[in-house]
Amino acid sequence: MAVAIILLLVAVASVLFHIFSPWWWTPLASNWGYIDDTITLTFWITGAVFSAVVVFMAYCVFRFRHTEGRRAAYNPENKKLEWWLSIGTAIGVAAMLAPGLVVWHQFVTVPADATEVEVMGQQWMWSYRLPGKDGRLGTSDARNVSSDNPMGLNPDDPAGKDDVVIQNDDLHLPVGKPVKVLLRSIDVLHDFYVPEFRAKMDMIPGSVTYYWLTPTRTGTFDVLCAELCGAAHAQMRSKVVVEEEKEYHAWLEKQHTFAELSGQRDVAKAAYKTGSE
Amino acid sequence: MVDVPFDTVAGVPPAEVGEVELYHPRSWWTKYVFSQDAKVIAVQYSITAMSIGMVALVLSWLMRLQLGFPGTFSFIDANQYLQFITMHGMIMVIYLLTALFLGGFGNYLIPLMVGARDMVFPYVNMLSYWVYLLAVVVLAATFFVPGGPTGAGWTLYPPQAILSGTPGQDWGIIFMLASLILFIIGFTMGGLNYVVTVLQARTRGMTLMRLPLTVWGIFTATVMALLAFPALFVASVMLLLDRLLGTSFFMPTLVEMGTLTKYGGGSPILFQHLFWFFGHPEVYIVALPAFGIISDLISVHARKNIFGYRMMVWAIVAIGALSFVVWAHHMYVSGMHPYFGFFFATTTLIIAIPTAIKVYNWVLTLWRGDIHLTIPMLFALAFIITFVNGGLTGLFLGNVVVDVPLSDTMFVVAHFHMVMGIAPIMAVFGGIYHWYPKVTGRMLNEALGRFHFWVSFLGAYAVFFPMHYLGLLGMPRRYHDIGETSFIPASAHDLNAFMSVAALIVGFAQLVFLFNLIWSLFKGKEAGGNPWGAASLEWQTPETPPGHGNWGKELPIVYRWAYDYSVPGAIRDFVPQNEPPAGLSAQGSHP
Amino acid sequence: MSAIILFLAGIAAIAGWWLSQQRLTAKPWLEEGLIVDLREESTSFLPPAKIGLGVFLAVVGSLFALFISAYSMRMNMVDWRALPVPRLLWFNTAVLVLSSVALQGAHMAARRSDIDGVIVGLCAGGASAVTFLIGQLLAWRELSGAGYFLASNPANSFFYLITAVHGLHLMGGLVALGRTTAKVWRGVAVTQLRLSVELCAIYWHFLLLVWLVLLGLLTGWTDNFVDICRQLLS
Repeated sequence: MAVAIILLLVAVASVLFHIFSPWWWTPLASNWGYIDDTITLTFWITGAVFSAVVVFMAYCVFRFRHTEGRRAAYNPENKKLEWWLSIGTAIGVAAMLAPGLVVWHQFVTVPADATEVEVMGQQWMWSYRLPGKDGRLGTSDARNVSSDNPMGLNPDDPAGKDDVVIQNDDLHLPVGKPVKVLLRSIDVLHDFYVPEFRAKMDMIPGSVTYYWLTPTRTGTFDVLCAELCGAAHAQMRSKVVVEEEKEYHAWLEKQHTFAELSGQRDVAKAAYKTGSE
Repeated sequence: MVDVPFDTVAGVPPAEVGEVELYHPRSWWTKYVFSQDAKVIAVQYSITAMSIGMVALVLSWLMRLQLGFPGTFSFIDANQYLQFITMHGMIMVIYLLTALFLGGFGNYLIPLMVGARDMVFPYVNMLSYWVYLLAVVVLAATFFVPGGPTGAGWTLYPPQAILSGTPGQDWGIIFMLASLILFIIGFTMGGLNYVVTVLQARTRGMTLMRLPLTVWGIFTATVMALLAFPALFVASVMLLLDRLLGTSFFMPTLVEMGTLTKYGGGSPILFQHLFWFFGHPEVYIVALPAFGIISDLISVHARKNIFGYRMMVWAIVAIGALSFVVWAHHMYVSGMHPYFGFFFATTTLIIAIPTAIKVYNWVLTLWRGDIHLTIPMLFALAFIITFVNGGLTGLFLGNVVVDVPLSDTMFVVAHFHMVMGIAPIMAVFGGIYHWYPKVTGRMLNEALGRFHFWVSFLGAYAVFFPMHYLGLLGMPRRYHDIGETSFIPASAHDLNAFMSVAALIVGFAQLVFLFNLIWSLFKGKEAGGNPWGAASLEWQTPETPPGHGNWGKELPIVYRWAYDYSVPGAIRDFVPQNEPPAGLSAQGSHP
Repeated sequence: MSAIILFLAGIAAIAGWWLSQQRLTAKPWLEEGLIVDLREESTSFLPPAKIGLGVFLAVVGSLFALFISAYSMRMNMVDWRALPVPRLLWFNTAVLVLSSVALQGAHMAARRSDIDGVIVGLCAGGASAVTFLIGQLLAWRELSGAGYFLASNPANSFFYLITAVHGLHLMGGLVALGRTTAKVWRGVAVTQLRLSVELCAIYWHFLLLVWLVLLGLLTGWTDNFVDICRQLLS
């Protein structure tokens, strides 16, 4: 008796916890509402199955527990029942899988008008790069990394000269514009993770991965690293600021291009040299 | 229904095993230490696995202390936290669960359940244990090498695992890989035994469809492990070469702490494919024996045959086969080609169907049963709840697009602990309470057992059920301290503290269990040969604990399947497998 | 990962065929009584050691299939630069074939209870296997002499690693072969040797097969073959 009640309580408590949990996903800030919808749908289906199984079990324990003189029924199998249950399960699974695959198709299909933004991870900081006036990002390679060129951009690639390089600072994005986020690393695996965007992808040294999104509301969001990357994994933080087009451009104006940065350093070096002579 | 014709000739001679073939211990050393008897090897495996498991348990306490009360314990820093999670995961998955289910339960139960005197290659079986012990010793040694154990996470992803930003990069990772390689060699020796014993050493009348589901589960899991562990072997060898000889199997051109390394041209994704090609079957290597054990526990303690035996067998085989084509669902956000997502999401969700069938059949076995709420039965019920819970959250993570926001968060941690931590451990405990009387001849203490059960089950559920919601919130895993964020409310920290307290209480209950194991060995109630009234062959041995060679002079003959409970017309509510049908002479069977 | 999937599909086919013989659709609760199972019906009862070897070969096969998978996955990346295959490998291959033939001879001699034939076969097989291993070492030296070091390029690393793993398995085989030969020396009757000799021969054939596949892979023949197949299909 007590066992049946406790089993029932486990199911009830789980459902109540789910309903009243103050811990729920953060308010969405991108176009991936479909992902949230798929999760909600999955919660409904799996929640129903979980409750049904546990309640059924609790009932069995209550109803068929051992008492003096009780004897179990003899029932080796029931093909019909088993087939119906399998078919029911298959339908439930299909109901979750089909929308999932449709949304995944959207997730991997980058719209043609998406602007590119590059995020580079390294132990343990984030750097960002935006294409310049030509709308293209220059090539890069870990072999080019030096203190003057921490992102490893190719100095001989003309497309990279006007790229806007952002280091030790926040990334800004205009609201309502699709962005293709190119992900790159120069040392170990990282994962550019903004909980409000829902999207996420590992960064792999030696190759470029991507995902796309459209920021849908303005605000400042935390960037975390979601793939274990060493001792200071938990401290690898940054921020993304989503703002209106006008503010975004004002911010962009203040940023420096790769050419400017290398130029400045050259100037600084020259000055240092002259000074020391 | 037409029966398949069978041989009803009375007085079939029992199969005899020539005395020469059986190994005989000659001294105390060869009887208890370098023993070739599968039963002794099983106990050795179990004790070793549980000992190293205790280390992993203590590590989990330290991790929970840090997570629940960050900054309070000055002796835990970020490096150590990473080392704790790595060792905890590796030990629990491989050195505890795999070794306990296959080396422990497998060694003890396979020969007894199929009616054999021993494993077919006893010497290799003994070697298997000693190589396993060596692997465990090498693993434990990493706690004492300079730099400590590796902190690369149990997945050991390169490049991070062998670069200097990760703790344990100098010695820990080398020992870890060496230990894994040893474990795989040792396991292969044991695995050959389990497979060939099931294939070749079954006693007369023991057809495949008369095997208890425990044997089916362990057998299928062993076959899978034999085919999947080479992937971990290949990955470990290649990673070890990358670390020691500077090859670049998994290492692209990269910068280590600001300087360019000499590595170049390798592929980190290749490691992930190899690792998960082992890693996913590994989940089922742990789950299938648990499925089998639970099926038997439910059937015995509900005094009812397992519902849909044939479907259960087919499901085990189907799960075993399918689990080799789902590995990349661990890599949806790894940067592999996005179109793989379609394929692997589909295969992953398909595997849910045979798994669900198993769950239905367990609960349908309870229906109109005669449910004895013994401790093994309680653990079986707890297994079903935790397994269903963890299995259903697997449908979130297997569905590629749902995985995107949830991957690498506490949701994943909660999911896999529920489905391949708590659930299999419930099966292990249930199995131990069930078979302890056969192994030792004494019952485990009932009151301590009930205490252990309720604290472990409810406590573990209280730790891992709420954890899903932290993941939903966006809390990433493998963070020793979440620190300042804009999206995690203060209440989440309170929840973390609550989970930590629950975890410590659960940990304490395990000490009660250990005490019970030792105390009952001396003071437990005498069990007799078949305390549960079970029908399967291991309960029909002439001696309890079974003597050397298991079966006395003659091997048993099997006349029926392992689930003849509450058969209409029978006097008792179970009919042992070796009891001849009415009208057939009782020659060759043991009461 | 296509190589390992293909390999496992083969294993699955064998397992499926075997399971299909086991009356998995039987209803065991209806079959009270003694059922004579297949193992007794079949005329050729396989000794456990032979089945054990079969299972072990499946494990080793899986290991090599995984190495091949890793190799081909890496090979498909753009910066792959294969290393030249030393001529010596052809000679080694011939020696390994000889070794396999010699052990087959020993196996057949053991069946005929021809103890001299067994001795000749075992010794010839062992000697040629050792020659093969020495040849492989010389091939390594030749390569490293020409500047193809283990760590200088992934193709090199794979070459050394795969040949080393194959060599190690052959060395393990030599231990078993040595034990069999020692039995012959001690004067054990031929009838009791048959099984050991046969198992050695099977293992040798298997390693020869693995080597031929690896050679095809390392020389790039497999690629051409796959390309031809593709053209035929399209």
